[in-house]
Amino acid sequence: MLTHTLSQYLDVARVREDFPILEREVKPGVRLVYLDSAATSQKPLSVIRAIDDVYLHYNANIHRGVHTLAEESTAAYESARQRIAAFIGAARPRELVFTRNTTESINLVAYAWGLANLKAGDVVILTEMEHHSNLVPWQIISGLTGARLEFIPVTEEGFLDLDAYKKLLELKPKMVAFTHMSNVLGTITPAKEMIAAAHSASALTLLDGAQSVPHFAVNVQDLGVDFLAFSAHKMCGPTGIGALYGREALLEAMPPFMGGGDMIRKVFLRSFTPNELPHKFEAGTPAVAEAVGFGAAVDYLNKIGMAPIAEHEHALTAYALEQLKDIPGIRILGPDADHKGGVVSFSLEGIHPHDAAQVLDGDGIAVRAGHHCAMPLHERYHLPATARASFYLYTTREEINLLVKGISKVQKLFA
Amino acid sequence: MDDLYREVIIERYKNPAYKGTLEPNDISFEDENPLCGDHIRIDLRMNNGGKVAEAAFSGHGCAISQASADLLLESIIGKTLDEVKALSRQDILDNLGIELGPVRLKCALLPLKVLKAGVYGLGQATDSLVEDE
Repeated sequence: MLTHTLSQYLDVARVREDFPILEREVKPGVRLVYLDSAATSQKPLSVIRAIDDVYLHYNANIHRGVHTLAEESTAAYESARQRIAAFIGAARPRELVFTRNTTESINLVAYAWGLANLKAGDVVILTEMEHHSNLVPWQIISGLTGARLEFIPVTEEGFLDLDAYKKLLELKPKMVAFTHMSNVLGTITPAKEMIAAAHSASALTLLDGAQSVPHFAVNVQDLGVDFLAFSAHKMCGPTGIGALYGREALLEAMPPFMGGGDMIRKVFLRSFTPNELPHKFEAGTPAVAEAVGFGAAVDYLNKIGMAPIAEHEHALTAYALEQLKDIPGIRILGPDADHKGGVVSFSLEGIHPHDAAQVLDGDGIAVRAGHHCAMPLHERYHLPATARASFYLYTTREEINLLVKGISKVQKLFA
Repeated sequence: MDDLYREVIIERYKNPAYKGTLEPNDISFEDENPLCGDHIRIDLRMNNGGKVAEAAFSGHGCAISQASADLLLESIIGKTLDEVKALSRQDILDNLGIELGPVRLKCALLPLKVLKAGVYGLGQATDSLVEDE
């Protein structure tokens, strides 16, 4: 079936050997065609084995015990933090806080920074293309503080309206929080330029890196960003763990988010003093094995190389857009391949995306259908929902060909 | 998949018999499936004997939810509101004649939720309206 998997950039056939799940059949004789990596990526053997290794050999709670296993698990947990911090170019590991996922990372900033720094009338700038996870936390904090939310509009072609952004900056916002790559449009936003503009207006910046960090090299110091949120499970790592990068001075000045064990230095009956960074923001027993798996995921991506991964996905996206664009009745959202990552959301005239996804599933093709946690963005395009195919380092051209074939089957059924 | 898109479902989706709106009406209610944004409105007109005389649905949704709505409205013509209140999840599955996983079940049950919320005069269509004991 996989006759032609050699990519110019990556040996995809070799990469696929690292992901045994890609060989499974969805039903007898029908092999999985996994085109839902923007929702969650598959995991390579090295990550699965790293997690197994924790539970088979050195499982213990971290930071407390002095016994051998506690020492080993603490070392593994903190070593993962160091490698993940280095992966995004953080100056120090203490600037990397482990969370459950991107959503929790954004909530941490919205609550801990927002409640301490926002007051009635202050402005927070978001965009129309945000995932719900970068909308709802700010709506909640806006409700609690009286801060006002403003939105950078999205153009018909799927770009942020940067002229409108410049105008909004005249409102002297306290925070600009936006996605680095839209999970629906695939649009890669001009983050560095937008961050510099925000800083010129004395605003802080938070970047939602859930879709960017897994797919191309992201360097927080080069970007100059104040906060970066991302999840392990979209970048070959396990679910249940994510990270928040924050500039040290900002994290130092912020009050804790959640209270409990490990985040304290001293506790009295009526008060406490918080622990140092990053532990101040890591209350309770963390996801130790998941953190170790997260570290293994970063090692794996480093071994393959983020540049070849980005090039492979760019070539695949260009190929997919080329193959899909002439299908009658298709509407593809978002910009051209040079301005987007490996995400192609589309609608088919007269066919609900749920029905399209269900019929495709019959041929083993896994795509997502719905509003992809971006209801306001779908409203913007007057669509209740779309179907979305998304790619990663293990995706092949053959799989895109199968998608095209599958879509024609869908259209025949509903013709 | 093949079973899911039985001919009756495709046929009802493409050529629904009860699609539209009724103005004026005796009962009208609309709500959506928060998972996928599918939106359905159902209008009823009652006759003097307290039975459903006319019914129509509008809005947007997938083939499963639209076919489910069309078959549901066909089944309630001539029924009293008490009989409508007694309709269950199983009645919907019997109408459609298919097995459904948990995600698509929500699509199929949306019309019944909306219908019952309208008949009971509730503000919101909730899952509890279509849960079998």
